[in-house]
Amino acid sequence: MTILTAGLGEHLPVGEAAVLALLGYAVVFFGIVLLMAVVMTMGRVFIARDKKAAAIKEAAHAAAQAAAAAAPAAPKPVAPGTAGELKLHDVEPRTAAMLMAIVADKMGKPLNELRFISIKEVK
Amino acid sequence: MNIGQILLNLWESSGFAALITGFVSQNSWQNLLMIIIACGLLYLAIVKKFEPLLLTGIAFGCLLTNLPGAGLYNQPLWDAYVAGEHITFTEIIHDGGLLDIFYIGVKSSLYPCLIFMGVGAMTDFGPLLSNPKSLLLGAAAQMGVFVAFFGASLMGFTGNEAASIGIIGGADGPTAIFLTSQLAPHLLGAIAVAAYSYMALIPLIQPPIMRLMTTPEQRKIKMVQTRTVSKTEKIIFPIVVTIFVALLLPDTAPLIGCLMLGNLFKETGVTDRLSDTVQNALMNIVTILLSTAVGATMVGSRFLTWETLKIVFLGVFAFALSTAGGLLGGLVMCKVTKGKVNPLIGSAGVSAVPMAARVANVEGQKANPSNFLLMHAMGPNVAGVIGSAIAAGFLLSVFG
Repeated sequence: MTILTAGLGEHLPVGEAAVLALLGYAVVFFGIVLLMAVVMTMGRVFIARDKKAAAIKEAAHAAAQAAAAAAPAAPKPVAPGTAGELKLHDVEPRTAAMLMAIVADKMGKPLNELRFISIKEVK
Repeated sequence: MNIGQILLNLWESSGFAALITGFVSQNSWQNLLMIIIACGLLYLAIVKKFEPLLLTGIAFGCLLTNLPGAGLYNQPLWDAYVAGEHITFTEIIHDGGLLDIFYIGVKSSLYPCLIFMGVGAMTDFGPLLSNPKSLLLGAAAQMGVFVAFFGASLMGFTGNEAASIGIIGGADGPTAIFLTSQLAPHLLGAIAVAAYSYMALIPLIQPPIMRLMTTPEQRKIKMVQTRTVSKTEKIIFPIVVTIFVALLLPDTAPLIGCLMLGNLFKETGVTDRLSDTVQNALMNIVTILLSTAVGATMVGSRFLTWETLKIVFLGVFAFALSTAGGLLGGLVMCKVTKGKVNPLIGSAGVSAVPMAARVANVEGQKANPSNFLLMHAMGPNVAGVIGSAIAAGFLLSVFG
């Protein structure tokens, strides 16, 4: 199909040249607008994906923080062989240590298998 | 042994003899004038730094092709090829000179496409992806292409010639060479020189038009930071554009395909070696071959015509109108967004990456020193490359 009244390599009539110029400019806009729509759609998909990923990450972070707050306080680390917390009332640690050693000796059991809760001097 | 005869033969086979004896009868004065023009172009490239990477090769190609007797480029051979006289590239390689062999890459559109691959590998489409509306400015700035096409038609050029002249307004050297080598190869030298010269003169051509069409208040507008674009988005973009644009206008497939392939090499992160080769080694090799081959087409008898002067005039007219078209688009976007878009970025829609974006940035900073428009102007700038490729595809589909 011939699309031009003038042959290829011939002078174009003024009207035809004007129509082609306008048509060409319109085609460029048409192509670019369609491309813009594609790029915008692509951008929206990626923005939504990024938001979703950010929301999941934030939710996971918040859940971790809440779990950490709700959990009971971890027991304080104790030295190897410690049998628990001992409260001394008006007793020197040196005296308490001797008392515990005597009790263990009398009972015939190792000291770390005994639990002393408190040692109080009876006056 | 006749030493006198040997010396006489030596003299007669020299270019000096050809220049002197054929000064008038064989129009060798044209060759001499072209050699002077080539030296002028070399001066512009080396001293004034007008697109030196390209203009040096073009000027030297022009110099070589106009040396009488050297036979580096044979215009009649190419005229016969264009006329369809059963001449193939094989015969040209066999019968032609060195620059004829170089020119096969232009005629087959190999060099412009490879240059586009390099341009793609050096382009960051991030600013365009973060603000897709800037694509419209790349379209608006193609106004000069079509007005110059119309103007060239009025001035007596044929449709093919007018289309090739109009594409100068796209401010995109490889696209201009790609289109001209297919539609009007006899104008290739003049069009390539005009296109690259005006691209180098963008800092002089654009600012007066920018100041004329915008108010100081508009030039002061600061634009907000656009969103960050993810790596995945940058990888998908070249694939989507290639499929979309090549389906819309199949004639643009060589240019857009190579541009986007180069960009994909850059963005994938797994083809760094290829990206590096395309950006540097390949780009440099092709630039040498392309520029020298284009310069070779500047044969005196073809270049020294009134048509060349008309092309020079129409070229600057096309550039100025493309700048005005981009600025008009920028003004419309400024109005629509209620002053959120600085209209100066519209002028960057005329391809010429990144020179046009830099000029927009400089003008914005002149109005407001704390205004940084460079990244905002890069969007329309790379959109202009796509816009001019679409314009070339349209013209090729009509006249090709």
